[in-house]
Amino acid sequence: MAELKVTAIKEGTVIDHIPAGKGLKVIRILKLDRLNGGALLLAANVHSKKLGKKDIVKIEGRFLSEEEVNKIALIAPSATVNIVRDYKVAEKFKVEIPGEISGILKCANPNCVSNHEYTTPKFYVISREPLKVRCHYCERTMEEEEILTNL
Amino acid sequence: MDWKNRDVISIRDFSREDIEFVLKTAERLERELKEKGHLDYATGKILATLFFEPSTRTRLSFESAMHRLGGSVIGFSEASSTSVRKGESLRDTIKTVEQYSDVIVIRHPKEGAARLAAEVADIPVINAGDGSNQHPTQTLLDLYTIKSAFGKIDGLRIGLLGDLKYGRTVHSLSEALTHYDVELYLISPELLRMPRHIVEELRERGIRVHETDDLEGVIGELDVLYATRIQKERFPDEQEYLKVKGSYVIDREVLKKAKETLKVMHPLPRVDEIHPSVDSSKHAIYFKQVFSGVPVRMALLGLTLGVL
Ligand SMILES: [Zn+2]
Repeated sequence: MAELKVTAIKEGTVIDHIPAGKGLKVIRILKLDRLNGGALLLAANVHSKKLGKKDIVKIEGRFLSEEEVNKIALIAPSATVNIVRDYKVAEKFKVEIPGEISGILKCANPNCVSNHEYTTPKFYVISREPLKVRCHYCERTMEEEEILTNL
Repeated sequence: MDWKNRDVISIRDFSREDIEFVLKTAERLERELKEKGHLDYATGKILATLFFEPSTRTRLSFESAMHRLGGSVIGFSEASSTSVRKGESLRDTIKTVEQYSDVIVIRHPKEGAARLAAEVADIPVINAGDGSNQHPTQTLLDLYTIKSAFGKIDGLRIGLLGDLKYGRTVHSLSEALTHYDVELYLISPELLRMPRHIVEELRERGIRVHETDDLEGVIGELDVLYATRIQKERFPDEQEYLKVKGSYVIDREVLKKAKETLKVMHPLPRVDEIHPSVDSSKHAIYFKQVFSGVPVRMALLGLTLGVL
């Protein structure tokens, strides 16, 4: 079966190879649901040679920086990002898990001060493969499964 | 490293150089204190001790340290007597207290509270225990006690005994010991073994680690035996607890198998991990360990205040 062609965009960002079912979460993490102006397209459950099924997010009229996009690395480590200008891919990069994760992840330790006081939760990535982070506040480490349930 | 205004939150923030510098400063202050009886480095400075949960020993040790440096102390010893009970946030308490003081010592039941306090405060903050996370001044005084007894830390064989699973003290101490060339003997019941990730980290950082449940089998190897309390609550049934407890009591009998020079430590309070008859033996240094808390805390207060 040929890959489903979603409406091409003239200018903007296409995030491809998002694991199926995570597209909405990607939109939420990048706060794209609060965009005004250009169109936002989500293609869910698209056939993929690499992943079996995948989600694709297209954002018209906005160019996401690598730093912004890296926020989704925790839920979509396989994602690739295409910057489109004049219907052509002008730039392409893979998401990378940043060294520090701020604001998007909640600490799994119920007794962590970050779950009780006004703070921005912050984590240090201590291993990428397998994924492991340490809370800046309580110093507890979290592994992949805990990370995903606390995003 | 500029010490003035530095926060003391976690032993993870300390390099070997930092540790050595604190220990050396504590040594100097202990000597000066013996000679002069009273020091005046911190005259006019105020320490605020904020104990959101009670810990009388730690609080007294910090207060004694500040007084011995010539400074004064304000604070509270439990949260129930403060506006915290009325729902004030930690941020606001810290912001308020720093208007009255030059350095803050905080103990709090939530993990990460000291880190947050340090971020909020412009004056230095010293962690005196944040939940089950860190208690860096305890670790530094443990290292100071070992160094005072042996003149060094490198080359020693150190046994950690008891509850190695939940024991914050032994986790931090072993973490700090990775800066040294030591051999670690982890002696505990199967149920209370050191968490795997800590053992892995110790090995990755080049520490030789032996794990055993047999105290008598290894006591002859050790230079230091660091005992901790085994809590009844950790066991599913009383029978199991009583069986385990009995096999980790340090008494004169067990110590016959030890080196002459073995030193026994304990963060105190003890229940019956160490028999009182051991107190008068040359092995016991756990009261010296309590004493060490004062020069070490004097060093940290003086350094962060920038008055030494
Ligand atoms: Zn945390």
